[in-house]
Amino acid sequence: MRSAAMIALALVACGNARSPAAPVPAAPDRAAGVAAFATVRAVLQHPRCQNCHPAGDAPLQGDDSHAHAMNVQRGPEGRGRPGEECTTCHGPANPPSNYGLHVPPGAIEGWRMPPPEQPLTFVGVAPRALCEQIKDPARNGGRDLAALRAHLDTPLVTWGWAPGFGRAPVSTPYPAFIAAWETWAAAGAPCPE
Amino acid sequence: MAIKLHVNGAVREVDAPDDMPLLWVLRDLLQLSGTKYGCGMAQCGACTVHLDGQPVRACVTPVATVGARKVTTIEGLSPDGSHPVQQAWAEVDVVQCGYCQSGQIMTAVALLAKRPDPTDADIDAALSGNICRCGTYVRVREAVHVAARLQRGGK
Repeated sequence: MRSAAMIALALVACGNARSPAAPVPAAPDRAAGVAAFATVRAVLQHPRCQNCHPAGDAPLQGDDSHAHAMNVQRGPEGRGRPGEECTTCHGPANPPSNYGLHVPPGAIEGWRMPPPEQPLTFVGVAPRALCEQIKDPARNGGRDLAALRAHLDTPLVTWGWAPGFGRAPVSTPYPAFIAAWETWAAAGAPCPE
Repeated sequence: MAIKLHVNGAVREVDAPDDMPLLWVLRDLLQLSGTKYGCGMAQCGACTVHLDGQPVRACVTPVATVGARKVTTIEGLSPDGSHPVQQAWAEVDVVQCGYCQSGQIMTAVALLAKRPDPTDADIDAALSGNICRCGTYVRVREAVHVAARLQRGGK
């Protein structure tokens, strides 16, 4: 694949001798994609992300990903159970810092988990299985790679980097996460062995 | 800052900082003291009110985020305690100290709006976030069943 890419680059370069068109960048190879997925995986399995993608129906909380207090459950649509919906305590934004520690965070999109029929589990899933799961439209809410990329710009995802007072953000910077994701996707979304 | 709120069917204007919890506005500025302060961090449910019919914890709701949503407090359920859930609470004699009960009732009302005939499991799930130090949970569960019957027109 690498030699084919080099030939393509060479052809583009030859063409440039006659026209000002910009060279077409070579697609990352599989090894680069797999390496980038390691960064993606570390983000997905950070507590800020995986706490709402648990194994089972109880969301998690805290940097140690312990079970959510008050027997909170996923519910029939991923929004909690009638009378105890996620939005009962999680408002449209993080509360101000002067509310102190331990107050529930919020997001304008409305706090929720994946629905029960496609729980999109991140907790305890091996890298290859996680990779295969997130790109499978039958298990990821019907999203192709473009739709998955768009999902990364939504408030519930970006909240992971602005999680409110007293809460650690995702340790990988958001631009580095997006760059890794795009490298992985451009390489054909390869999964590690 | 002047903030306009829709509370229990009336428009009320208050002068409050944006980040003042809705609970303080209700209790201290509007003298609606039926909603209680328990933990101040959405852990106990004593401060539960409704925004457009959805239960929320007023202690962690900055007043500026309420906007045009309609606030309903325990005082707004009925002018005379005749709401079916209030009637059921009296019939079953649920209350011991009473501190948590307005929150329990507001959550029960929200549950019954979505599950008119809830199971024990539905009730336990809905009210898991409403803590009662007196341990009235068994009577709360019974009263929700009674309220469901009253809402269906039963005696």
